[in-house]
Amino acid sequence: MADNANEQIPTVVADNVDIVYRVNGTGAGRGSATAALNRILRRKQAEQAAGVRKVHAVKKVSFIAYKGEAIGLIGTNGSGKSTLLKAVAGLLPVENGHIYTHGQPSLLGVNAALMNDLTGERNVYLGGLAMGMSREQVKERYQDIVDFSGINEKGDFITLPMRTYSSGMAARLRFSIAAAKDHDVLLIDEALATGDRKFQVRSEERIRELRQHAGTVFLVSHNNKSIRDTCERVLWLERGELRMDGPTEDVLKEYEAFTGDKSDKTAKKTTPKQTPAKPEASKVPLPS
Amino acid sequence: MSQVLHTPPPTQVPADDDLAALAARHGLSVSGARPSLPEYVRQLWARRHFITAFATAKLTAQYSQAKLGQVWQVMTPLLNAAVYYFIFGVLLGTKQHVPDYIPFLVTGVFIWTFTQSSIMAGTRAISGNLGLVRALHFPRAALPISFALQQLQQLLFSMGALIVILLCFGVPVAASWLLAIPALILQSTFNTGVSMIMARMGAKTPDIAQLMPFVLRTWMYVSGVMWSIGKLTKKDHLPHIVFVLLENNPAAVYIDLMRFALIDSFHSKQLPPHVWAVAAGWALLAGIGGFIYFWKAEETYGRG
Repeated sequence: MADNANEQIPTVVADNVDIVYRVNGTGAGRGSATAALNRILRRKQAEQAAGVRKVHAVKKVSFIAYKGEAIGLIGTNGSGKSTLLKAVAGLLPVENGHIYTHGQPSLLGVNAALMNDLTGERNVYLGGLAMGMSREQVKERYQDIVDFSGINEKGDFITLPMRTYSSGMAARLRFSIAAAKDHDVLLIDEALATGDRKFQVRSEERIRELRQHAGTVFLVSHNNKSIRDTCERVLWLERGELRMDGPTEDVLKEYEAFTGDKSDKTAKKTTPKQTPAKPEASKVPLPS
Repeated sequence: MSQVLHTPPPTQVPADDDLAALAARHGLSVSGARPSLPEYVRQLWARRHFITAFATAKLTAQYSQAKLGQVWQVMTPLLNAAVYYFIFGVLLGTKQHVPDYIPFLVTGVFIWTFTQSSIMAGTRAISGNLGLVRALHFPRAALPISFALQQLQQLLFSMGALIVILLCFGVPVAASWLLAIPALILQSTFNTGVSMIMARMGAKTPDIAQLMPFVLRTWMYVSGVMWSIGKLTKKDHLPHIVFVLLENNPAAVYIDLMRFALIDSFHSKQLPPHVWAVAAGWALLAGIGGFIYFWKAEETYGRG
């Protein structure tokens, strides 16, 4: 480890990270008026009694990410992948431990800043500004963003309100806006699943480009193929715990075995999203 | 909680001290920490184009589904004024005591609406935009400021309508109309400050948004929107302190300043003493105080 630290520059260091969500209005009292009153009056002592439930989403996770790495995050649904990503981005507080980062990691996504009632064109500007680009930068990249999204391939759609777009078109525009900026540490949450096959290929290329400019890329995905294509290292989270951390092939092999075995083991819930994805993924020839 | 499956031994993870030391050695910083106040102001300034673009976008999006579209920007305040005129001017007959009652009323309604809607929008600025707060990094003060700016833009539409009304009712154009500009600047600063305070409170306790309409309605009725505070003295059964409080409450101060600026029959003797100082004082107190109060909780917004 010490040898590595001398030649490699760490960009993200997670040190024993715990993340806990508090959810109001569950459990005892089921969010009734008395429970709510209890919660307000007694705050901390009575959290449990008043129906505040704690969800321990990430447990004691430690890792170091180095410059130039692309790291995949895998795990079954609800295993804490997106939560960990948000914490790395500084958008969620950690309960215990620390996350140290180089520069400001950014989550790839501008959905929330866009407005469906505005035209695609104005949304490109709004999204760009929301990500912290200057007006000049947005103007400069505007044409690239529109071309990349392919919105105008079938006519002049960019001047129509976004609510008139098909869901695929809207998703493509969102990805194109989000991917227009270069980031120090880039966090991607299943963004590759958007659009048609043609667009997916284009976005994978763009991710690779971004990676060259960015220090480090994190990718959350349920698609083992896109993890194989883009990442050389994988973190496997299960029930909030880091189960494995290593080269993509090693971890994916274990993970596929784990998701394959699942049906025999009783207590685990099989998520519909993954079961069909598994056989396809195992057919993919391993790149050597 | 933690029924561990067949967990394989965790891969080599160095001890805690190592990680913290490693991070320190390479100059990494803790993710999501609050910046210092000057740094925060700098970041906010860097996002000024986002603030204006977001405000304008919200304003345009507001009526984009309506058939009449942006006409509603002017129609809404006019209809509001019409309702108040019907109730207070016609039914209750408040107008008998006030010269130029319609200009007086409409000015009051528009200026009050500006403060009211800024504060309401501020209360929901964080709690109503959690998606945005949780997805992107920007100084959170950009949101309440942006909403206050949106309301200011809306007020400028209303002021256009107001000028037409003033001219229709024969109020002469005068140099004093220029005083409307400093009055508006002070009021905007005050509104922005209060909306930042409300944004922080609303972020922690979203229930406040349910309570605010009642607070604001009470505030409206004591601020002389539809009646003249100056007339109260004549009846003289109010203690002096109550009168001073009524007269110096920020909403009343900004409303009366605007009336003084625009309406020729509204004389300076109807204004409280040192009115500009009071107006500037409220603006500075709310503006600076609100900003610092909001910044103090910067790292907590959108969490938990």
